[in-house]
Amino acid sequence: MSLKSLTKPWQPMSYGFLDASAKRELRRKMLKSVAVPGCQMPYASREVPMARGWGTGGLQVSLTLLNPQLRVKVIDQGADDSVNAASIRRFLALVSGAPVTLDTLGADLIQSRHRIPEEIMREDQILVLQVPNPEPLRSVQPNMSIARQMHADADYGRMWLQLYEQIVRSGRVMQGAGYPSLVNGRHVMTPSPIPRWDVPKLNMAKHLTILSAGREKRIFAVPPYTRVKPLVFDDVPYRVEDHGGLTCSRSTAKGFFMNEIPQVDGSSTYEVSDSSYGVKTIQKRDGDAVQFGETWYNDGEMTQ
Amino acid sequence: MTRVMDAPRIVTTKPLVVVRNVDKNYGSVQALRQVSALVYPGEVLGIVGESGSGKSTLLRMMNLEETPDSGSYTLDLSDVSGNLFELDRFARRMLCATRIGIVYQNPHHGLLMRHSSSGNVAERLLVAGERSFATLRAKAKSALAASEFPLERLDAPPIELSGGMQQRVQLAKAIALEPALLLLDEPTTGLDVSVQALVLDTLKRLQQERQITMVIVSHDLGVIRTVADRVMVMRRGEVVEAGLVDQIFQDPQHAYTQQLVHAKL
Repeated sequence: MSLKSLTKPWQPMSYGFLDASAKRELRRKMLKSVAVPGCQMPYASREVPMARGWGTGGLQVSLTLLNPQLRVKVIDQGADDSVNAASIRRFLALVSGAPVTLDTLGADLIQSRHRIPEEIMREDQILVLQVPNPEPLRSVQPNMSIARQMHADADYGRMWLQLYEQIVRSGRVMQGAGYPSLVNGRHVMTPSPIPRWDVPKLNMAKHLTILSAGREKRIFAVPPYTRVKPLVFDDVPYRVEDHGGLTCSRSTAKGFFMNEIPQVDGSSTYEVSDSSYGVKTIQKRDGDAVQFGETWYNDGEMTQ
Repeated sequence: MTRVMDAPRIVTTKPLVVVRNVDKNYGSVQALRQVSALVYPGEVLGIVGESGSGKSTLLRMMNLEETPDSGSYTLDLSDVSGNLFELDRFARRMLCATRIGIVYQNPHHGLLMRHSSSGNVAERLLVAGERSFATLRAKAKSALAASEFPLERLDAPPIELSGGMQQRVQLAKAIALEPALLLLDEPTTGLDVSVQALVLDTLKRLQQERQITMVIVSHDLGVIRTVADRVMVMRRGEVVEAGLVDQIFQDPQHAYTQQLVHAKL
């Protein structure tokens, strides 16, 4: 037996870019975060060939989970075709050999920035959300040591106070994206800056959601069939964006979360934010055979 | 025929607050030496002494913000037992949030200066688990009204209010949950005399109406004389004399108390 026979052939990088110890740590932290839903787990966020704040947390989780059989989809604010989404998708395919898709139904792993697809995800799918700021208490407690104690004590009075103040000042809750939500009745998390429209999709969802912040080095998760309740007062109901009556100007899809496109005359047109769903709607209109999944919303109303 | 007169009923009252043999050192500085105190339900105990005598340290211990080197602290409440200094952080926090109210000398310590005044009061109710916006609003309004805060400024942030107003917001916050014990750390220091008198009037009225047990710390003998039933005089971390207000002010026994009282007079 020679040393050469025991040595692996040289490779420019590990499979999936991250080295084995990094992936092992990430897997352990993912398991921990699944075991304690909504609780932030620290991890040693590695360098990836992308600037921090551009989805490095989500990317590391995706790189850890990927294998050549998993089909991957990457979306950025609902769009598959943004520069960031396209770059991450190509990178994931390059370093793992995993096939890519734009269709929510065909994906096994979906990495997303700030949106959850409109079609209901299945039990066998994983959603990875990129998180810029994982700490929901940061706005009310800048000292992170105290914030951790507050999480430990489930001391979320200040979060409620923030909502109280918004109602007093503006007559309604002004929190737009990243609405603080109570996971499994214990930990308050920020569900990443998804719109309020998307928060109810996490409640008792069939799929696993992993939220990862690369810059802040925190992972947390919402396991399948876990309660996720936005913080609301008993007498002030939770309200999603009033997009139910809007129609997509390109696909004519109606009753979904829309992007507002301001026009020169001061008016606005709207396009469905989930570009994959919009494209499928157009294809169907053109007579192509397209498969649609069930959607979380129907005419602007939650179906589940 | 012999008529038996109704004998007067004698009821023994247990003290609400029992502090026993508390010692506290900060490095080589002995802040408290074998300090003991009793406070009976509905009573106002005043603690006087010069700066550095340990009165505020004792008050912070009663609010469970600090732990002494030795000694015990008990509250005679149905749901609280044992030495409170042995409670863990969470139990301390919940006890202070629901059963003990405090008004600090510096409103910046007790208030969120950029939140609304009603929000400051509501925060205490939120910690106790209240989750109805309408109820929060009503209770905050009621507490602020009780502390004679002008309700037209209900949602003004304390940073925009005068010192006297800020103390009223602190007071409203402290009484919002009808605490078993209200601690006041120099509540009128830094206020002008007329505002001082108004705050003291509010305190006296609240005490009479609600029979709140209070411990008030002040270096101002006039304040203590106005609101307290009993007085404890502290010097260099020790209790040098304790007794009823009239007894202490009219017939002080300890040389330091005599010096204090005569200096005032």
